[in-house]
Amino acid sequence: MEDTVVDIDLKEKEEYIINMGPQHPSTHGVLRFETCLQGETVKYLIPHCGYIHRGIEKMSESLTYPQLIHLTDRMDYLSAHINNEAVSLCVEKAMGVEVSDRVKYIRTILAELTRIASHQLWWSAFGMDLGALTTFFYGLRDREKILDIFEESTGARLLQSFITPGGLMYDVHPNFQKRVTEFVKYFRKKLPEYDQLLTGNIIFRERTQGIGYMSLEDAIEFGVTGPSGRGSGFHCDIRKIEPYSAYPLVKFDEITFDVGDTYHRYLVRMKEMWQSLSIIEQLIDGIPQGPIMLELKAIKAPKGEYYQRVETARGELGVFIVSDGAPSPARIHYRTPNFSNLFIINKISAGHKIADLVAISGSLDLVIPDIDR
Amino acid sequence: MTREELISLVATLVPDMKPGANKQYPEVIVTAAQLHELAIALKKTPETTLDYLFCETAVDRKDGFHMIYYVSSSVLHHLLMIRVVIPDKLNPVIPTVSDVWRAAEFYEREIFDLFGIKFENHPNLKRIFLDDDWVGYPLRKDYKDTFTIER
Amino acid sequence: MYDFTPIIESISGYFTSTFSPLWAGVLLMVLLGIAILGFYAILGLYLVYAERKICARMQNRIGPNRVGPMGLFQTIADLIKLLMKELIYIRNADSILFNIAPFIVIVASIMAIGSIPFAKGLQAIDLNIGVLYILAISSMGVIGVLIAGWASNSKYSVIGAMRSGAQVISYELSVGLALLCMITFSGSMQLSEIISSQEDGWWIFKGHIPALIAFVIYLIAGTAETNRGPFDLAEAESELTAGFHTEYSGIKFAFFFLAEYMNMFIIAAIATTVFLGGWLPFHIYNFSVFNNLMDLIPPIFWFFGKTAFVIYVMMWFKWTFPRLRIDQLLALEWKYLLPINLINLILTSFLTLMQWHF
Repeated sequence: MEDTVVDIDLKEKEEYIINMGPQHPSTHGVLRFETCLQGETVKYLIPHCGYIHRGIEKMSESLTYPQLIHLTDRMDYLSAHINNEAVSLCVEKAMGVEVSDRVKYIRTILAELTRIASHQLWWSAFGMDLGALTTFFYGLRDREKILDIFEESTGARLLQSFITPGGLMYDVHPNFQKRVTEFVKYFRKKLPEYDQLLTGNIIFRERTQGIGYMSLEDAIEFGVTGPSGRGSGFHCDIRKIEPYSAYPLVKFDEITFDVGDTYHRYLVRMKEMWQSLSIIEQLIDGIPQGPIMLELKAIKAPKGEYYQRVETARGELGVFIVSDGAPSPARIHYRTPNFSNLFIINKISAGHKIADLVAISGSLDLVIPDIDR
Repeated sequence: MTREELISLVATLVPDMKPGANKQYPEVIVTAAQLHELAIALKKTPETTLDYLFCETAVDRKDGFHMIYYVSSSVLHHLLMIRVVIPDKLNPVIPTVSDVWRAAEFYEREIFDLFGIKFENHPNLKRIFLDDDWVGYPLRKDYKDTFTIER
Repeated sequence: MYDFTPIIESISGYFTSTFSPLWAGVLLMVLLGIAILGFYAILGLYLVYAERKICARMQNRIGPNRVGPMGLFQTIADLIKLLMKELIYIRNADSILFNIAPFIVIVASIMAIGSIPFAKGLQAIDLNIGVLYILAISSMGVIGVLIAGWASNSKYSVIGAMRSGAQVISYELSVGLALLCMITFSGSMQLSEIISSQEDGWWIFKGHIPALIAFVIYLIAGTAETNRGPFDLAEAESELTAGFHTEYSGIKFAFFFLAEYMNMFIIAAIATTVFLGGWLPFHIYNFSVFNNLMDLIPPIFWFFGKTAFVIYVMMWFKWTFPRLRIDQLLALEWKYLLPINLINLILTSFLTLMQWHF
């Protein structure tokens, strides 16, 4: 509370204000950091969001539930399947129906593939921000394989809108199992290359170790979840706390470190990719047969309030639906992970240099449309 | 702690609270004046340690604004849902909980921006998404402007 | 091909005999200027092409391959595009300084090229303080960078220029001391004498450990001098959107770009001359069959081959490593490279006194 920055006023000598953004190569979206610098050191900064506020919550009040799935893709577009899954699970919970096992397995496999694809893109962009421009191409080369799998089964590479209340939009392609198994084998060989290129490099370690320390208390206070929070020791993986879909059937580890600097946030994501590969391996060979879509007369949630939590690639996504029994919700609210993750940046980057600010915001892995909705 | 234990603990802290009707999570309904002390007590009591506010939102209903708080414990992993009803829709005011749960500082800015609910003692109550000179509060049910197309 | 001295003698002889000494001097200088400028421009263009191809191969893609056979005319197309771009005049910028800055950078690097020995007899000017002259001239380049940052009247540019200025001034020390070690070995600052002292073996082999240390330090400091590689935060695209040359457009930007590649060439050429034997072929001690085979390749190919190898190493580690932060960069110089350099210098002097090198 004492460190709430209301406005920047320049008090000391050699302080000046720089705006990073909204158009900037490294903020990865339209976000503005109004930074107060003294020489090269960041004293404090104010993040300004709202450049891409589209009013998704208000728009959804006039759309039916299957229609508003398409808007949820556009929030955190790198975890599109997981966003769709969140709303679908909430509506199914509200209506009191349960989907078939086949749908649960496929939803979980798609969610884990999305998580790997999101982490690959994060790794590419993170290396590029720090100056290792080759990482961009290595990460995207492997991500193309996942996007090809998505395109074959769902029809779109990025914003799929495939998981709907009641099941899936269509059945997956017959090649799905074969291609996913091939991908897992291929990526297991490629992932050590990522470590060779970046993780062990002394320059990279000097740039990230000890930078941007976030304590466990701060992570809980600000509600920083996902790999950013787990790097500080916050056990917040919703797949372990409130398992959904096929997660009760698989064994995997929740990766936490209790150091809290940029390097360990990086390590959490690298190790999470291994865990996702193992989850996919446990599920891909045993997808049961079954119906893809439930026979529902109308998708209407009964009167009441419902909440669903899922774990996206960036943290905990919460969907809150208030329904009056109509085909559209009376109020829908999304508790997005990036909104909570953003505002800790003032506290953890005070006293560091401009170059560290880029590294810190890269390690928090912000996707801006998720902040603004 | 189980659902009944949580509700009875809140009943001891705030005698005239009402249990809510939510089937999913334990729900309590308190008034605006009792909210702040309840928040501090819930965070400090070792049996509950509800220190992680993961969602704070507002709903515009016919009988007023409903403020919903979802709190959870980072160690014990139980949840509680707190509801506060603000009957005055023309000038809604509620005390802030941002000194108890820091995340509320930003959730409340969003609620102020989109609903117009004022939070007492908030350190920085400014609009967050819309322009600073925007007129009106879009998520209210009676919001009209020239850009909206009614279905 | 093997010895350019007769050709140079005959050209200068022709001029001095046909014109008066004054005119002969002026015409010779004009001819030299045109030759060097032409060489500079063409080499600069093809260095940019080489970088694009090399970095593409490292990044699992192909690089330019459409314009001309194997994309060889790509940089010419880029040059024509840059020539036709609008030169943006900033309203509050200091216009004289703003326009002079690119020229200072180019002039400094052209002056340094003039003293490099490309082959036997092919050296524009052979000063007896050759190495000292090159160090002094390359320090002039930093003035251009600082003026560019200041005259742009933009916060980002000033930050970039300040960082670059601090970096270049610090690393000049390391470059100078590393070269000083080799001057101690070879006993002279004149570049042609340094080469002739390597006729029985390159200094990097003859000088064993101190020469190897000096070579590594020289490479690191040399890339930092030219704002390249892991030390390029002055123009760090992802932080400051091109740093000190943000506000330049068109041909003025092309000057900065070109000067950076030519500075890299100069650093590689000096490394070749001082450490790797210049235009001398690779001889194994007394293995005369091999030596005669190596002598068949003309010296000018040896020079450009060795320089190309050093340039390839510099490009290799630019595209692999992330960049260093400004305080880490300065700490590297002042806390690590400089003490190692001083100890190396003492070691070198001791070895030279005791004649313990090969």
